[in-house]
Amino acid sequence: MKAILALAGLAACCWWAAPVLAAPGTAGAAYLPRTGDQVLETLRATPGDPAVRELRAWQAKRAAEPTNVLVACEVARRCVERSRHDADPRYLGRAQAALAPWWDAPAPPVEVLILRATLRQSQHDFIRALADLDLAAGLAPRNPQVWLTRVTILTLQGEYAAARRACGPLAQLAPGLISLTAASGIATLNGDAERACARLRGALAGAGTAGAGERVWALTVLAEAETRAGRFVEAEADFQRALNLAPRDPYLLGAYADLLLDLGRPREAVQLIGAEPRADGLLLRLAIAEAALTPPPATFVAHAAGLRARFEAGRLRGDFVHQREEARYLLEVAGDPRAALPVARANWDVQREPADARLLLAAARGAGDPAAAAPVLDFVRTNRLEDTVLARWAGQLSPNQ
Amino acid sequence: MKAFSPLFRRLGGLLLGALLLPFAAGAHTQSSALLTVSASAVGVTGEWHLALRDLEDAVGLDADDDGRITWEELRARRAAVTAYAQSRLHWRADGNPVAWRVTDYLVADHPDGAYAVLRFAVDGTAGAGRLAIDYTALFDLDPKHRGILHWEQDGRSQIAVLSPGDGVREFTLGRPASPASVGVFLEEGIHHIWTGYDHLLFLLALLLPGVLAWQAGEGWRALPSSRAAGLGVVKVVTAFTLAHSLTLGLAAMGWVRLPVRWTEAAIAASVIVAAANNFRPFFTESGWRVAFGFGLLHGFGFASGLHDLGLRPGQLAGALLGFNVGVEIGQLAIVALFLPLALLVRHRALYQQLGLHAGSGVIIAVATVWFAERVGDFKWLPF
Repeated sequence: MKAILALAGLAACCWWAAPVLAAPGTAGAAYLPRTGDQVLETLRATPGDPAVRELRAWQAKRAAEPTNVLVACEVARRCVERSRHDADPRYLGRAQAALAPWWDAPAPPVEVLILRATLRQSQHDFIRALADLDLAAGLAPRNPQVWLTRVTILTLQGEYAAARRACGPLAQLAPGLISLTAASGIATLNGDAERACARLRGALAGAGTAGAGERVWALTVLAEAETRAGRFVEAEADFQRALNLAPRDPYLLGAYADLLLDLGRPREAVQLIGAEPRADGLLLRLAIAEAALTPPPATFVAHAAGLRARFEAGRLRGDFVHQREEARYLLEVAGDPRAALPVARANWDVQREPADARLLLAAARGAGDPAAAAPVLDFVRTNRLEDTVLARWAGQLSPNQ
Repeated sequence: MKAFSPLFRRLGGLLLGALLLPFAAGAHTQSSALLTVSASAVGVTGEWHLALRDLEDAVGLDADDDGRITWEELRARRAAVTAYAQSRLHWRADGNPVAWRVTDYLVADHPDGAYAVLRFAVDGTAGAGRLAIDYTALFDLDPKHRGILHWEQDGRSQIAVLSPGDGVREFTLGRPASPASVGVFLEEGIHHIWTGYDHLLFLLALLLPGVLAWQAGEGWRALPSSRAAGLGVVKVVTAFTLAHSLTLGLAAMGWVRLPVRWTEAAIAASVIVAAANNFRPFFTESGWRVAFGFGLLHGFGFASGLHDLGLRPGQLAGALLGFNVGVEIGQLAIVALFLPLALLVRHRALYQQLGLHAGSGVIIAVATVWFAERVGDFKWLPF
């Protein structure tokens, strides 16, 4: 009898407590916080970040004179910078808002054109981004940013010949390390990786006056090329050097985490990324790393669900900019290459970086559809893209060819 | 343009520093808000989830500017958040603008951060044939913002994505205005009493001793005649009904208005008092007078339930009738369940001890928590 009463009491307690306890943990369910000092949201990593206060001051200035092109461009530029720093694409939308008076203009001032191209690039609207840069190059052929953004987009698209042509003007206009990194970055993907890496190493050694941002970029390009070449020790050392300069750079963290995952060191990748990354790209790597641990930690399920929710939200919004992440999620977290293949293929139509090539190849291999990998194999051959992993997978894909 | 050129050059230099690496970090979760609407013939209610990061930019939440938003800070900005929301979401019923009210202010955690949740009710939609929504939130601040609208009606759900220049949607509400809506309000009244646990417990606290009589020096004793006992219960219920019908009418007509939170707190207090009275009566009046007095208070509570359904002018009389009759039917069902049982067992000591005292004790405990919740504006119990 006592046992029955105790059980009944326990059941009553569970019934009583369950909705209360479960509510805040259930993603998306509304709840009333228990205490006033409960922190609901963290807006920035460093509370007293002066850049935030400065941006706010510029925003106030813009509110006062919304058609002042100088103020608008300053706000937009700072928002773009912020979006990269925090890996929060909200700021890209805020940047677009600052440029609203010129957003649909056929021929806005050159600074607007450059920023608009950058934002369009972030939306994967490469065609119109390049059109903006063409216009800008006509108006201000001596603005280095026009050429640098152009190189970036063309490299992303795998249009290496055109990207190399844009490096010509850049070399005359931009500081040495920047133009050299841009040109070497293309060369590492286009059949000249060995010499390009040596050039980059030399330039880094001699670039005493270069800013931290430029050095981080050069080191990242170098480390990624070394990874593709299979020189993992050097790659890791260069990632580390870059991390010393920019410990929380989201792109750098993602690239280094990829190397650790390649090397079968998921535990270190988890440590590198940290507990609750906000950037989709880092959350994706965290979930992949957690899936590789045995047993996967308790947080894995929530992280995988969070990623699914983000892709779903993106689909609802009509965004297609996350195809690379979604294909990789389907392939490496969900373990569903058949579902990953069409997404990887659609992504390959838009972006052609080595990561995109790997994805399509891996999805085609996993789905047992070697023909689907043909565009990648063709691309690798034509451009003499050197990547040990790609080469190995290509070999496994078509032993008879 | 020439005069700006040195500045432009400076800007060019700054741009170079800012835009070096390609955007490949894969951070693609842009600003979205979730708007879920449930539409039925009796009313339109919903939930609007707005990201705190967006509200911070739209109205300012981080009062102490420490980069963190606490519940205290968010709660303090309820009026500003509500005002912003109401200026960016508009409704039209059959072409006429109708108002909407925020009924609850909560929080939700989504994968990309915390959101404020505004629960709301749209006024004046009952009986309307078409309902249009016009959404303009955050578009000026962020043209990439999207409102994700889930429209739930008749067990079906539709999704629409609201974007700048494309924020208007119209839905057909189906059932037109007709006498059927009185029936609909009747159902709502029954539903309200059956799920309005505070009214239920109050009624129960009054009914428990209804079949007994207090004898000085002896305590509660069963009324010897079933007729007298049944009559006592009927008197209590009738008095309660008359009283709350009176105040429900007054409040629904807009003649008397009390603040919702304090009315709710007073209702919780009335439940405590009614149950405490069962241990040793301190009201010298007979039970039906007590029921009448507190019934006045409960009527104001029913009024806010009716108000939440959203009424159109001209609909009030039918709605009031339907809703009140619904409440009475619900109440009578409870009495029909309770009375035969109570009459049967009223002579037993078990009823007088366990039924009356333990029952009243539990009622006091629950009502005390409700009272604290309503005074302190927090939520602890799941009901």
